[in-house]
Amino acid sequence: MPVVSALPAWALMPSAVAIVLILLSRRRPALRETWSVLAAIAQTALVAALLPEVLAGREPAWRPLTLVPGVPLELRADAFGTLFALVASTLWIATTVYSIGYTRAEQERSQTRYFASFALCLCSTVGLAFSANLLTFYVFYELLTLGGYPLVVHRGTPDAFRAGRVYLLYTLTAGLLLLIAIVWTGRLAGRLDFVPGGLLTGVEAPAGALWALFALFVAGCGVKAGLVPLHTWLPLAMVAPTPVSALLHAVAVVKAGVFGIVRVTGFVFGPVVLDDLGAATALAWLAALTIVAASVGALVQDNLKRLLAFSTIGQLSYIVLGAALGTPEALTGGALHMASHAFLKITLFFCAGAIAATAHLDRVSQLTGIGRRMPLTMTAFAVCAFMLAGLPPGVAFVSKWRLLGGAAEAGSMVASVALIASAVLNVAYFAPIVVRSFAPGAPGSPRAEARPTMVVPLLATAAAGLWLGLAPDAGGRLLTLAAMTARQVAGAP
Amino acid sequence: MNYPYWVAIGLLMLGLYTMVAHRNLTKKLIGMTIFQTAIILFFLMTSVKRGATIPIVGLGPAEAAAYMNPLPHALMLTAIVVMVATSGVALAILTRLYARYGTLEEDLLAERIASAADEPVP
Amino acid sequence: MIRAQLPVLPLVLTLTGALLVSILGIVRPRVAWPLAVTAVGAAALAALAGVADVVAHGSRRYAVGGWPPPWGIEVVLDPLSSFMAAVVACVAAATLIAARSPAARFYGSTIAAFYALALVAVTGFLGVIASGDMFNVFVFLEIAAIASYALVASAGGPALAAAFRYLLLGTVGASFYLLGVGLLYALTGTLNMADLAARLPALGGSPLFVGGVGFVLVGLAIKTGLFPLHGWLPDAYTHAPTPVTALLAGVATKAAAYALARMVWYVLRPVELPVPLVLTWAGAAAIVVGGVLALRAHDVRRMLAYSSVSQLGYIALGFGLATPVALAGAYLHILNHAVMKASLFLVVGAALAAGGRPLVGALGLGRHMPVTAACAIVAAISMIGLPPAGGFFSKWYLLQAAVATSRPLAVAAILVGSLLAAAYMYRFTEAIWATPVAHAGAGDPPASMQVGLLTLAAATLAVGLASAALMDAVLLPAAAGAF
Repeated sequence: MPVVSALPAWALMPSAVAIVLILLSRRRPALRETWSVLAAIAQTALVAALLPEVLAGREPAWRPLTLVPGVPLELRADAFGTLFALVASTLWIATTVYSIGYTRAEQERSQTRYFASFALCLCSTVGLAFSANLLTFYVFYELLTLGGYPLVVHRGTPDAFRAGRVYLLYTLTAGLLLLIAIVWTGRLAGRLDFVPGGLLTGVEAPAGALWALFALFVAGCGVKAGLVPLHTWLPLAMVAPTPVSALLHAVAVVKAGVFGIVRVTGFVFGPVVLDDLGAATALAWLAALTIVAASVGALVQDNLKRLLAFSTIGQLSYIVLGAALGTPEALTGGALHMASHAFLKITLFFCAGAIAATAHLDRVSQLTGIGRRMPLTMTAFAVCAFMLAGLPPGVAFVSKWRLLGGAAEAGSMVASVALIASAVLNVAYFAPIVVRSFAPGAPGSPRAEARPTMVVPLLATAAAGLWLGLAPDAGGRLLTLAAMTARQVAGAP
Repeated sequence: MNYPYWVAIGLLMLGLYTMVAHRNLTKKLIGMTIFQTAIILFFLMTSVKRGATIPIVGLGPAEAAAYMNPLPHALMLTAIVVMVATSGVALAILTRLYARYGTLEEDLLAERIASAADEPVP
Repeated sequence: MIRAQLPVLPLVLTLTGALLVSILGIVRPRVAWPLAVTAVGAAALAALAGVADVVAHGSRRYAVGGWPPPWGIEVVLDPLSSFMAAVVACVAAATLIAARSPAARFYGSTIAAFYALALVAVTGFLGVIASGDMFNVFVFLEIAAIASYALVASAGGPALAAAFRYLLLGTVGASFYLLGVGLLYALTGTLNMADLAARLPALGGSPLFVGGVGFVLVGLAIKTGLFPLHGWLPDAYTHAPTPVTALLAGVATKAAAYALARMVWYVLRPVELPVPLVLTWAGAAAIVVGGVLALRAHDVRRMLAYSSVSQLGYIALGFGLATPVALAGAYLHILNHAVMKASLFLVVGAALAAGGRPLVGALGLGRHMPVTAACAIVAAISMIGLPPAGGFFSKWYLLQAAVATSRPLAVAAILVGSLLAAAYMYRFTEAIWATPVAHAGAGDPPASMQVGLLTLAAATLAVGLASAALMDAVLLPAAAGAF
């Protein structure tokens, strides 16, 4: 139940302040980076400070101002939002440290813009995680779109601008569809708050209207969430520097899309309404299709980052699948998978970036023997790849196991088949990379591990993935938060 | 029959037609002036009453009913001033145009402007 | 005591300023800018005081010369007119502050003429807004228009032809308005707006009424630049000097749009005529056609001109949707568009002064003009309609009204308009990013320009955050007066 507390708003302050400080530190690179790291640590600490209240069932909430008559800008830390915010903030620390190493190695320019945009993205991410109503969510969602653009076009090459154009085209169109959906919801329900179990339960509306509304929401959030066929922008966006791909396209931007879908299915429509409409099944099919198509797509990719992008698309739909199935197990698995995928995928991206920066290789076919030259990096890659595929004891195993349980609970054949097939395909596209990298390479290749500022973060996130698999509730009580979310939306198991 | 009103409408149409049909900018200006004058005349016609005299105190008997409605006359004085000012600005513009481009025919002017390729004005 | 003068104070201040600038400025040109800024700044403060007064005490009327209405001329300060006066005065103030360097460079020793004319134009617009008498609106409309024609023509060259066309069409518009007023006077015998509104319902069936309404609305639509009567707008905005365009684009069409709203919703109220429907369709068409033409434009000023046509379509759409929220959203959009457009034209001016060429895609600010680039990006975000900039909130209210009245075509028009805006603003913004500035060593423009730009950018964000307060305190009461 809500408790008035400004703490959720405070959680946004470090990144917001950091934007200004970074912009003012144009001529001092060390200062820029310090602000970023400090802000990341401060943000994580503030979000973590919310944990005790949230776990006790109290939701700190704050309404600093009114956005439009009748709808406040409201920030409320509930279980699901805290889960997302905690994951994003923690990984920001890792990404900032990694960025320092990467940008030095690649000698990137315009770092003020880079770090400031990063801070804006993280501010928006925490903002939308803590949004208590659809309009607040929309404000931060579009801010995230804006913050992501300078990062996508960072390198300034024609390819980068092309990727940026596609990114904006997709995300802005989706934003407009989402806006219409929100206005319409306001008209139907009279208010815009996220209500566990569904804002629209009990609202009288023709089924056709509700279907159209749901379609608008799914399209609106589905672009960022990478649902087929709205996913095209994501592989193109891999042209950005790797830390960008790592945090944004594995953790912040795409997770915001999936977060939105879970909010829509769980807190706007609710499992009851969706089941009645039959829309839950449609979404499940769409998610299953995305999972399989993306996994197949990853199989044929030679560019390592693109392969990881397709893998991300598939993995994100696990979460969508969990939301669509709507049972407590499935929702727990889906919510936890937000964390699992984040930690593991970010490690994989970190490894890809380390390889690109140190050995200047970006294609799978070139990776023969790289494991002997960069053993730490490739071991982390191998371990995380297999954990992501669902092998125990990784944290992804925990989430996938729950998802399978949820699929059985809901009696969905489609979901079970998609989950199992995807696990097989995951191994199929990761195994060759791992095997090839540890094969004997060119004789006499020296050991040239990546810089410590890159290796340490990736080892840390890999270790976190492993540790969370063994003790999912360690550290941030992520499993409890996921279970709380499921209970709020779908009722006790 | 309200012949005066038909005259006013006729002048209005004439003015509009001149503005649209003629290519020469001066003629368009003349058309505009005719158009504005027609409107002024129309207004004045609304002030007329049967058996009334022009609205200057002292020219007729003391009651107000013996005079035409003075309000439109007063308003139209203002409108005439506006018309004159507009014509002044218009003629100034035409003078400059002619000095710069040497013609006031619309199509010829458009050609000469396009080919002059002036520097963009900050 | 001064409270009683608030309705008429802003325009008296700018008129006095115009007089002083034109006299003193010929003797000492250096005094022109400070005097002009003082005058319009004081007017802006007076206008804001007017808004505060209306929120606290309600509407206020002022009889010019002490002659009582309905025979005397009345000046009205109600929620709508006080809001519009504040918009016009504040945007004009920011623009004139920012115009110091480009105007000084362009006009040289005749700088006093520019400021005097600009002040006369602002007086005209403020007069249109404050007026409570139909004929008075015509007079001030033409005062502003004559000054505008001269300002546009001051650039010489192609601007002369553009100004002449503007003059012809503008005069036709004002004359139609006058004709309509004449017909309504013949019908009712009064020119006072409140009196007219009281008398018209009984006389509404007459053909004089239909004719009067038609001419008034067509005339004001021409002055507003509402599609398809916008023919004068693109050329005038493209060729005029950028400080002039910034002023006109920000303020001129808005004053006429205000007059349109006033006539349709508060004075004439043509219930049997399909006026809201026509406004909705014209607005939707304007949004789409303006957007498409903006995309196809090569010259960045022409693109911004067509963009103005498109954005005016949003305002007309709001007027046509005929609910309090729709009207209030349209009024908010007037504010947002005035701020965004003035800002964008000033940015273009700064880029041209740094040696850029006015082609979309070549207008670079590069990395050397960060303040200017930041202000441009804020304005672009507002144009596209993304939160937290003000442009998003007016779009929200318009969408809310469109959904509430179940008009899918209106919703579609707003959607398409936003996409088109994103497309044409994108090329503009990408060029700002990617193209380097032409003159090496060019930096951010002088302080006066930066102050103006930053004020406008801050206003965009402030309006966004305060939109709910604005709606509740000023705009919804203003819209409520229409129903």
